[in-house]
Amino acid sequence: MKKYWELFITFARIGVMTFGGGYAMIPILERELVDRKQWTTSEEIMDYYAVGQCTPGVIAVNTATFIGYRLCGVPGGIIATAGVVFPSLVIICVIAGVLSNFADIPAVKSAFAGIRVCVCVLIFNAVVKLWKAAVTDKATLALFLLVFVLSVFFDISPVVFVLFCAAAGIVLARLGVRGK
Amino acid sequence: MMLLYLHLFWEFFKTGLFAVGGGMATLPFLYSMSDKTGWFTHAQLADMIAVSESTPGPIGVNMATYVGFSTAGVPGAVIATFGLVTPSVIIILFIAKALKAFRENKYVDAGFYGLRPCSVGLIAAAGVLVVKLALFNVDLYSETGAIADLFNVKAVILAALLIVATRCIRKIRGLHPIFFIAASAVVGVVFSF
Repeated sequence: MKKYWELFITFARIGVMTFGGGYAMIPILERELVDRKQWTTSEEIMDYYAVGQCTPGVIAVNTATFIGYRLCGVPGGIIATAGVVFPSLVIICVIAGVLSNFADIPAVKSAFAGIRVCVCVLIFNAVVKLWKAAVTDKATLALFLLVFVLSVFFDISPVVFVLFCAAAGIVLARLGVRGK
Repeated sequence: MMLLYLHLFWEFFKTGLFAVGGGMATLPFLYSMSDKTGWFTHAQLADMIAVSESTPGPIGVNMATYVGFSTAGVPGAVIATFGLVTPSVIIILFIAKALKAFRENKYVDAGFYGLRPCSVGLIAAAGVLVVKLALFNVDLYSETGAIADLFNVKAVILAALLIVATRCIRKIRGLHPIFFIAASAVVGVVFSF
């Protein structure tokens, strides 16, 4: 029981310290799990993270489930996940509740109009960063353009694109066009 | 109410199952959810992205919580987040035992070869929606027909400055997004966007 509690608290700490997610999480995982708790090693963390990246869902959640499972089995996986999302639940509910009271004030509206411009740039930067690992040859460029153009101009569920591209990836790799 | 909760859970379950590539990859699913259900507008979603980026916690989780909260209060926040993480937990627990085989499986590898550009394409398309909202006045343009009315000039200038700041200026480009978000909020208020 004590171990589960420790797992929950540790991952709740990791949740609080993970600003934004993704790579930002790795040094925090190392400090908490390797340096402080000695539950795992740096190499294992990189492995967990790699798996977290190549499975569906939020990477931080996948990594937490994985490490929790390795440490305490299925309950560990669930408890670590609950821990990593717990701070978000509390913090976002408080902020969203407060913000909704101020949403109609003109200054707040102007602030958010400015922030939206910044959000454009942040998404653009995320796309550039992901592009480097994703679009590596002609076939992946074609898939990118296909998905981008169709989803800008037509109302198609992203699920359709995901299923299609996973299948296309397998077919394209078999055809041997990868890397050309 | 029960039905709304179930619907919320289902929408986020699908997001968790099909969003590949981390927090930002949930964006296209949230836009599609906004169009389909009318639970929140595109403008609200853009604000939620900003808040999710500037508060502790993984972005994908923060956005699910925010959307759930604004749709159905605290229970909605819990249900949306629960929906988002359920597929992850199930999948990871399944593959955890055969981790090595999974990572080295050539079909999994080839599938992700196709999924990565898909994810980037979907996020870029969601980005276009935010750009339309933040940098253009599509409604005003369709009323007046004047090209000058199409662009939100102040916003375009801020966007150009932000791109330079976040990509080119060595001293500040590594700063956390929260600094740029805060600066943009100040600019928004001072120049009354």
